Amino acid sequence: MVFITQDKRQDKITTILDSRFRGNDKRMDWQSAKQLRDKIATRRTNSVEATKAVFTRIAKIEPILGAYISTFEEQAIARAAEIDKRITGGEKLGQLAGVPVAVKDNMCTTFGTTTCASKILANFHAPYNATVVEKLLAADAVIIGKTNLDEFAMGSSTENSGLKQTVNPWDTKRVPGGSSGGSTAAVAAGLCYAALGSDTGGSIRQPASLCGVVGLKPTYGRVSRYGLVAYGSSLDQIGPITQTVEDCALMLNVIAGHDTADSTSVDEKIAPVVDYLAKLDEPVKGLRIGIASSFNAGADEQVRKAIDEAIKTYRNLGATIVEIDMPHLDYAIAAYYMVATAEASSNLARYDGVHYGHRTQNPNDYIEVYTKSRAEGFGKEVKRRIMLGTYALSSGYYDAYYLKALKVRNLIRGDFVRAFEKCDCIMMPVAPTTAFKIGEKVDDPLKMYLSDIYTIAANLAGIPGISIPCGFDDKKLPVGLQILSPAFSEEKLLRIAQMYEKQTDWHKKRPLI
Amino acid sequence: MDKKIDKSQVKKVAKLARLELSEAEIEEFAGQLNAIIDYVERMNKLNTEGVEPMAHCLPVSNVFRDDVIKESLGTEKTLANAPQSDGPFFKVPKILEES
Repeated sequence: MVFITQDKRQDKITTILDSRFRGNDKRMDWQSAKQLRDKIATRRTNSVEATKAVFTRIAKIEPILGAYISTFEEQAIARAAEIDKRITGGEKLGQLAGVPVAVKDNMCTTFGTTTCASKILANFHAPYNATVVEKLLAADAVIIGKTNLDEFAMGSSTENSGLKQTVNPWDTKRVPGGSSGGSTAAVAAGLCYAALGSDTGGSIRQPASLCGVVGLKPTYGRVSRYGLVAYGSSLDQIGPITQTVEDCALMLNVIAGHDTADSTSVDEKIAPVVDYLAKLDEPVKGLRIGIASSFNAGADEQVRKAIDEAIKTYRNLGATIVEIDMPHLDYAIAAYYMVATAEASSNLARYDGVHYGHRTQNPNDYIEVYTKSRAEGFGKEVKRRIMLGTYALSSGYYDAYYLKALKVRNLIRGDFVRAFEKCDCIMMPVAPTTAFKIGEKVDDPLKMYLSDIYTIAANLAGIPGISIPCGFDDKKLPVGLQILSPAFSEEKLLRIAQMYEKQTDWHKKRPLI
Repeated sequence: MDKKIDKSQVKKVAKLARLELSEAEIEEFAGQLNAIIDYVERMNKLNTEGVEPMAHCLPVSNVFRDDVIKESLGTEKTLANAPQSDGPFFKVPKILEES
């Protein structure tokens, strides 16, 4: 692994962008994961060719983009060859047969490292695969690499990575969003066909919006979290990041389902997993869209304009708009940053310098094994959240902060329950702004937290949410439309998203990187 | 602004969290945590009397599996990432003083 320092990278970026390379896109033809899969299955192309093409592009673009923490070229091409051979042999293969995909580096893999973009896990080799990784492999996908993130998924810009900086493919001076910024940048720039991210407070949807791709946070419990390195266990959920809504449905088909290894994954007798592709093209008749106007008013003018246009498109398709009242959403950030950090402080207690991960050299006593190993291994934002969570759980403050936040969480859930009595889905911005500049918010954590205003309520309530491309601002930066729906209604949610995507071509726009 | 978190408070919390912080970090965190907690206190505007705390958003509890022995990782794999190990054990500095 080579980490390019910021200075050297800036030089490199300038050189490459100034050269004739810009806009000269050599990747096949920006086909979707499903299109590629179908071509491979019918032998119009093969997985080795597709995988090699992706690595050719990675060799050119990755030095600018910084989307990957690790890649597995040799292993991926060998696997692609094996899949091609099985196809030639007439074997019936899985839903993602031969498709090159990427996985966020907070999901365990027995191959390569699982770093969580933290120095404390820089050399960690997971002894087992996350359930989602097993499922990708069972679907015959080709895992080509593991993507960058904010350390332990704590952040909204991927600037908190302890290992490297990812830039936004639409403007390399800007952040890709976070925490799944590596996955969204890789999909947007064509460095993989689809990827997995994780979403604790918006970490799939917000970077999807900032990078102009599709990102789905499924209902809490829809996808197994086994092997996902825990941040906020009652909020974390794995989901797909893709070029199209159809690919999103395809990926969900592969990863959804109950898992005995995760007791919070939901029994399929309670909430059955369906084929999310089967009825995807069926529009939702009599669609009622909930809008909380006053809440949406907090977004930038250009973001609001794009959202309003998108809603107009739905209206033209026959949808009705219902004004909804969400009185407690203004308290979502406050509740979230107490619940999430409390859970984080407890989850991250496992990094003790004893069982795995970094251990300090020459500790004076066993206490220093903990305090120094953690001080040396964790980055600033992780320390800040551990501190905040420890404070919220500490004696004398528990009732005022943690318990209060859990009660507010219930009120927020109630807002959604009442709203969904009147509408099928709720639409709002994903983020108040488009991609911001690298460094713009790093010194002001509260300002960074406030950029999560539109995404975190879905995590607190456990409901699914999707971000789909819905336009650009005047700086040519993508804007995402967020659609939220009741728990376990992913099939309908994807159909609603598909209605819009079929009317527009925002999802076909590509960055000139 | 009423300062809720001062430097001594930061030091106390750092001790609870088993985190060694530098003087500069203590200074920085005191300011930042104070600003965040100040923001969080907007929750106090809400009357939450009689509201159940919600730790989890799923209607599931007490998930059991059949009491059958299954294969587990095994000592070798479990110790493979240990910074220091000795035979089948994790190795740490001495905890108890010799009497």
